[in-house]
Amino acid sequence: MPATSIALATDPLLRFILRRADDALVLGHRLSEWCGHAPMLEEDMALANIALDLLGQARALYAYAGVVEGAGHDEDAYAYLRDPADYLNLLLVEQPNGDFARTIVRVWLYSAFMDLWWQRMTASKDAQLAAIAARAVKEVAYHLRHAAAWVVRLGDGTPESHQRAQAGLALLWPYAGEMLTSEPDEAALIAAGVACDPETLRAPWLGRVKAVAAEAGISLPTTPFSQQGGRRGHHGEAMGHLLAELQYMQRTYPAAQW
Amino acid sequence: MHLLLKFIDFCKIVSYFSGLNLKDVAMYTQGLTHEPEAAVHAVGDEAALTRFQARIDGEQRIEPNDAMPAAYRRTLVRQISQHAHSEIVGMLPEGNWITRAPTLRRKVALLAKVQDECGHGLYLYAAAETLDATREQLYDDLLAGKARYSSIFNYPTPTWADIGAIGWLVDGAALMNQIPLCRCSYGPYARAMIRVCKEESFHQRQGYEIMLTLARGTPAQQRMAQDALNRWWWPCLMMFGPPDGESQHSDTSTLWKIKRFSNDELRQKFIDATVPQAHFLGLTIPDAALRFDEATGHWQHGAIDWEEFRQVLAGNGPCNNERMAARRKAHDEGAWVREAALAHASKQAKRAA
Repeated sequence: MPATSIALATDPLLRFILRRADDALVLGHRLSEWCGHAPMLEEDMALANIALDLLGQARALYAYAGVVEGAGHDEDAYAYLRDPADYLNLLLVEQPNGDFARTIVRVWLYSAFMDLWWQRMTASKDAQLAAIAARAVKEVAYHLRHAAAWVVRLGDGTPESHQRAQAGLALLWPYAGEMLTSEPDEAALIAAGVACDPETLRAPWLGRVKAVAAEAGISLPTTPFSQQGGRRGHHGEAMGHLLAELQYMQRTYPAAQW
Repeated sequence: MHLLLKFIDFCKIVSYFSGLNLKDVAMYTQGLTHEPEAAVHAVGDEAALTRFQARIDGEQRIEPNDAMPAAYRRTLVRQISQHAHSEIVGMLPEGNWITRAPTLRRKVALLAKVQDECGHGLYLYAAAETLDATREQLYDDLLAGKARYSSIFNYPTPTWADIGAIGWLVDGAALMNQIPLCRCSYGPYARAMIRVCKEESFHQRQGYEIMLTLARGTPAQQRMAQDALNRWWWPCLMMFGPPDGESQHSDTSTLWKIKRFSNDELRQKFIDATVPQAHFLGLTIPDAALRFDEATGHWQHGAIDWEEFRQVLAGNGPCNNERMAARRKAHDEGAWVREAALAHASKQAKRAA
């Protein structure tokens, strides 16, 4: 593997795949940070499980990206050897974990969307994406169920847990809108039935989130504003630190096999 | 595929041990669990003890609702809980590399491995709970410094090669000890160990494969691999506990068939298995006195620094404070989460009533 960063082609399908692969990689990485430090052993297991599923999805998508790009890049070239501006993940997934409530609220908001998204992608005209979706849809259903159950526990539990869940939601809410927005270069893929238009999932996503929030007794922020930029490589400050850890070995020992 | 490989590997190890009939000591508890001889006789009448011993001698499994001497119960609770604590504290040194693993394949394997260790801890706490202990109390004892865990997890993992070395050496040494526990007289412990051993043998092969990749790699990788072997070799030999001659063990654990092999026997088995593996890697065991004895067919090792072992057990290892601080931090910072879950469950129950 070369020491220097790889350059990405501008192919819309490649970028469409990498955006979702990067979401899964970065959120999987964030959840893996909990391993050994969770509030109870069952959550050490569960958060690691979700992280493993997400990393598996990322690997499947990177492998397919390599085929689409045809430039000889393998999963590790994409995961480890891009400059920060070439990572295309949502700002939502790169935010630091914060406390357990914030961590769970993020998995909930993301999975509530991705559950719908992967379901739609099982019907993609791209057979490889449909196959990846067929596996992911089973995984994300569990992630959603687990996270939503915790949101209800935390919202309903004690005044402290309620306050923490509410605070986590307030902090993450402005980043949720980016999930629901498509990029201009995805229009042709959407028209061809290869990609799913996230805008069409806005209403069902909001309906699901409202239902869980109501059960948890927490209120959804009303601000319509949403932070955008991750999809175009405009990241926040936390992303550089995440990549410094993620890329450490590949950058320190270029061209080594592991 | 992985499950099949695990099973094949497990069968090989079982067959490797099946011809042996020696004493053992549980490595992850390092001989710290021993009950004074007198305590055996302090509980129950002689006839009950005789019946109990006859069941043990007949290789019958003791189950949770069976009559058992109080000392048997206490010994098992201590041994199983120390084993569980070792699994949980053992998540920390390897967890140190999850976010920095060099490839996605390695990252996923490491995360799954550390998750397995958490699972082992859970099975073992559950096995201890069949003896009327509670996981909360056992865990509180760990956090209060009243219960021990294996000394090996008080050593640091400064480089990626430590992940290979832990899998190869630490898990390899643990397996030597844990395979016989699959035949332990107490049923729930023995059954928990069967699954634990299957997973550990997979981890051991993963670790060796990491070492092999490093040993066949760049000069920097080879140096990293040798450095890790240098640091882990002696602490791994100490995992088997003090030499038989100096051991303070009573014979009760052996009498009760909780343990089936002696410390020195297991240590020797480990060395004999591991030295050729190191040679295959092209690495040097950091023991100038190490030599093969043609007469006995065993590798003879140099003197072990037992003062280091005593210091680590006394809390003076390189990472004792960090390990306990990390467990306490997770526990303390998670308190509100556990309280919330209980509060919600209680409210749910009231609403349903």
